[in-house]
Amino acid sequence: MDAVFNEAWEGFDGRLWKLEVNTRDFIQKNYRPYDGDESFLAPPTEATNYLWDKVQRYQKAERAKGGILDMETKVVSGLTAYGAGYIDEDHPEMEKIVGLQTDLPLKRAFMPFGGIKMAEQACQSHGYTPDPELHRIFNDYITTHNQGVFDAYTPEMKAVRHNKIITGLPDTYGRGRIVGDYRRVALYGIDFLIKQKKKDFANCGDGTMTDDVIRLREELAKQIRALEGMKKMAEIYGCDISAPAKNAREAVQWLYFGYLAAIKTQNGAAMSVGRVSTFLDIYIQRDLDRGILTEQEAQELIDHLVMKFRMVKFARIPSYNELFSGDPVWATLEVGGVGVDGRSMVTKNDFRFLHTLENMGPSPEPNLTVLYSSALPENFKKYASKISIDTSSVQYENDDVMKPVWGDDYSICCCVSATQTGKEMQFFGARANLAKCLLYAINGGVDAKTREQVGPMMRPITSEYLDYYEVVDKFERMMDWLAGVYVNALNLIHYMHDKYFYEAAEMALIDTDVRRTFATGIAGFSHVVDSLSAIKYAHVRTIRDTDGFALHYEAEGDFPRYGNDDDRADDIAVWLLGTFLDKIKKHHTYRNSEPTTSILTITSNVVYGKATSDMPDGRKAGEPLSPGANPSYGAEKNGLLASLNSVAKLPYPWALDGISNTQTINPDALGHNEQERIDNLVQVLDGYFDQGAHHLNVNVFGTEKLYDAMEHPEKEEYANFTIRVSGYAVKFIDLTREQQLDVISRTCHNTL
Amino acid sequence: MSENNETGRVHSLETFGLVDGPGVRFVVFLSGCNMRCRFCHNPETWKKDGEEWTPEKLWQRVKRYRPYWKDNGGVTVSGGEPLLQIGFLTEFFALAKKDGVHTAVDTAGQPFCSDPEWMRKFDRLMQVTDLFILDIKDMDPEGHKALTGVGNENILAMARYLSDNGKKMWIRHVLVPGITDREEDLIALRDLISSLDTVDRVEILPYHTLGIMKWEELNIPYPLDGVPVPTKEEIARAEKILGI
Repeated sequence: MDAVFNEAWEGFDGRLWKLEVNTRDFIQKNYRPYDGDESFLAPPTEATNYLWDKVQRYQKAERAKGGILDMETKVVSGLTAYGAGYIDEDHPEMEKIVGLQTDLPLKRAFMPFGGIKMAEQACQSHGYTPDPELHRIFNDYITTHNQGVFDAYTPEMKAVRHNKIITGLPDTYGRGRIVGDYRRVALYGIDFLIKQKKKDFANCGDGTMTDDVIRLREELAKQIRALEGMKKMAEIYGCDISAPAKNAREAVQWLYFGYLAAIKTQNGAAMSVGRVSTFLDIYIQRDLDRGILTEQEAQELIDHLVMKFRMVKFARIPSYNELFSGDPVWATLEVGGVGVDGRSMVTKNDFRFLHTLENMGPSPEPNLTVLYSSALPENFKKYASKISIDTSSVQYENDDVMKPVWGDDYSICCCVSATQTGKEMQFFGARANLAKCLLYAINGGVDAKTREQVGPMMRPITSEYLDYYEVVDKFERMMDWLAGVYVNALNLIHYMHDKYFYEAAEMALIDTDVRRTFATGIAGFSHVVDSLSAIKYAHVRTIRDTDGFALHYEAEGDFPRYGNDDDRADDIAVWLLGTFLDKIKKHHTYRNSEPTTSILTITSNVVYGKATSDMPDGRKAGEPLSPGANPSYGAEKNGLLASLNSVAKLPYPWALDGISNTQTINPDALGHNEQERIDNLVQVLDGYFDQGAHHLNVNVFGTEKLYDAMEHPEKEEYANFTIRVSGYAVKFIDLTREQQLDVISRTCHNTL
Repeated sequence: MSENNETGRVHSLETFGLVDGPGVRFVVFLSGCNMRCRFCHNPETWKKDGEEWTPEKLWQRVKRYRPYWKDNGGVTVSGGEPLLQIGFLTEFFALAKKDGVHTAVDTAGQPFCSDPEWMRKFDRLMQVTDLFILDIKDMDPEGHKALTGVGNENILAMARYLSDNGKKMWIRHVLVPGITDREEDLIALRDLISSLDTVDRVEILPYHTLGIMKWEELNIPYPLDGVPVPTKEEIARAEKILGI
């Protein structure tokens, strides 16, 4: 072994990870579990306060300028497109961790490979004029992802898209959701990784040039070039990442360079960081043990890293912002979890990451995710709860249900979806609006808004009162059709994305023999469940327009609703999920990927709702759909735990892409004092996740605060006021008024 | 378990109660109350017209929430006035205790009386109840009558009886500015509390106006119209007198 590895790996245990790229093995052999409390944590350093103050000023200026501080119009983004950039260029030495996406803080890069039209629109909608030469090059000489997709779309695919029964498809933006194993840069250095990829290249195929082999060879060549590019990118900042990191600061920096390579080359809808906390603790702990690092310095490294994650920005078009509001990037980062061997993976570093929310205040990014198990150390559970109560910036995902599927080194690659770090990638697939699909079933495939024949021309239901079995029969067939066109649109999209907007930098940090998942999704879940329940348990009368089109519905009598722990409704929910997944699975999925689904809508529930007319459950046309797997507005009659129990019944293995649930609790209702609130929240999380539920966003505040923030966004206290929405967090004042009202109207569990 | 299958009238179920007893609570609101407190925030529970449940069926429903309780939580029966359905309540709690679940009753004590038959029932209830949360609306008998429509002698007797029998209790007092915040009454309440041996916790519940809407829905004129909610200072003052 070279001297350079001996030095970098001194004191580390284990064998396998030295023979092959295997970050998990390294972690398992070397991490030190911590079950103490938070009393060891250090406050922010002067440099942290100084830099964070600067960043907040930039953020304020950005908001004052309508959401964009500055945009690139001439330079196409790439690994080495810019020189070094700093938060404060007069004091670069203050930044323990360096590297910006462009040359200036919060300046948005120009990324045309997803689609030149979108890149230009993003500029123009904010008053910037992109260089006409770029227009010429990307129209005349280069095919973009967007161009490729629209060249190949069928009329039917365009129709489902245009009629918004399938929405948010990654055909106008980067698909994202690929998490490079950025830890590899720190552990191995780039040269080692290049060597491995070259070996893979040499062993790729037996000489028979099938499509698969040719494509993989080309991709490997791109990956190797990206790795070379990363070295050059780091050189610009005076760092040599060809060799592995020798100490904690280098480990954090090298890892960040890996991530920086991703966000300089891709503008995916989710650009997650991954499970880095326990890994970095090994380096920090080694330096602490050697006496060359103090706790204060360790916290500073994490604070500065997190500060960088808080600054990630992409140029977006207005329609994108409607779908995913508040400028999210899903720099999702995990803490907690339990190893396959049963040891808690909580280290001091997991506390340090949560502590950034105290040192620098609440923030939507990075999207801090606690991999939860009731078996986690009590001290850690309590600290996470405390941070939730104070900042509403944390989400929880059930490690006990994910670990059997994904092992103990998975990352969350978007809002809630798991992916094995460095072993897997995901084909992100937005979502199908099953609420509309149900209406199509009733009206013979004709869209209520456009009156176009979008679905197959099935016989519409003509009776005055809806018959449950007739509706279910037609709904199943309409779902069959929808699943087919949906999966095939995605096949086409991902083919083109691989071809024209390949994620070379991220894939270079993932095994060549990668496992792929194919992530479909469901929107309008609760409304379909409640509508079917209404049809089954009450009498639903159709109200038709002069064309005989069923446009409105009236439910006569009571019916059980999803969200009350009532099996009559919840059984329909379970049926709906299973049925949809079965229909998805029937179809061929691109590159032999494994089909999954999710119940997850992000803030796009508002946009989906706009495109959905009246539903039999009483939801009116245009009203927002309830987000993710949440029960419908006002449906919950028995309080939070009944609602949680309904959601907990949905089997996670049927929705491996995630089941998102967002709940808001009034602090006064959570307990008499801070200690009680912390203990009670831990119990809620234990009880919910012990029943096999997947995900929970926890907000702790009263609606008064939301109203006040909506009316007085200028108040200093609301500048960083963060709330959890379906699958991510946003600054409340960055939402549109419509979305703010939607958040307010959702049930706030508020028993007094 | 001598009360044979008496059914109860249930107004509503709240799965997530965190302030009505220790830890995470399932709160059952029974319907029916003989008091007419002028600040009542759930007048819709006055009439005994709720859904009919058997103790077994209700316990099956409530039991689903055991994963959330662990060793810090359980079931609380509130109302309405739960002691008006003491047979049902006792049988329901007996089922909970059989499964080792913590039980609490949230009562204003109004039905408490010295009738031997009633006392026999109450003794049985005490056996299956871990905690009594007792609302003391006003110490002054006349004031109590004016405020709630009934006297308070039996309520104070109940507090004494619980103490004599070693039953744990929380004492609660709703603080209405100008009505239940007179210094001499608060001092009298403090004296009562310090004379009791089993009080675990004393709480001030600041009067709030969230219930007014319900009065309007029920078409009953709201008697405390215009009475403000107590300020933080007023609450702090009352807490100081009560030694909280």
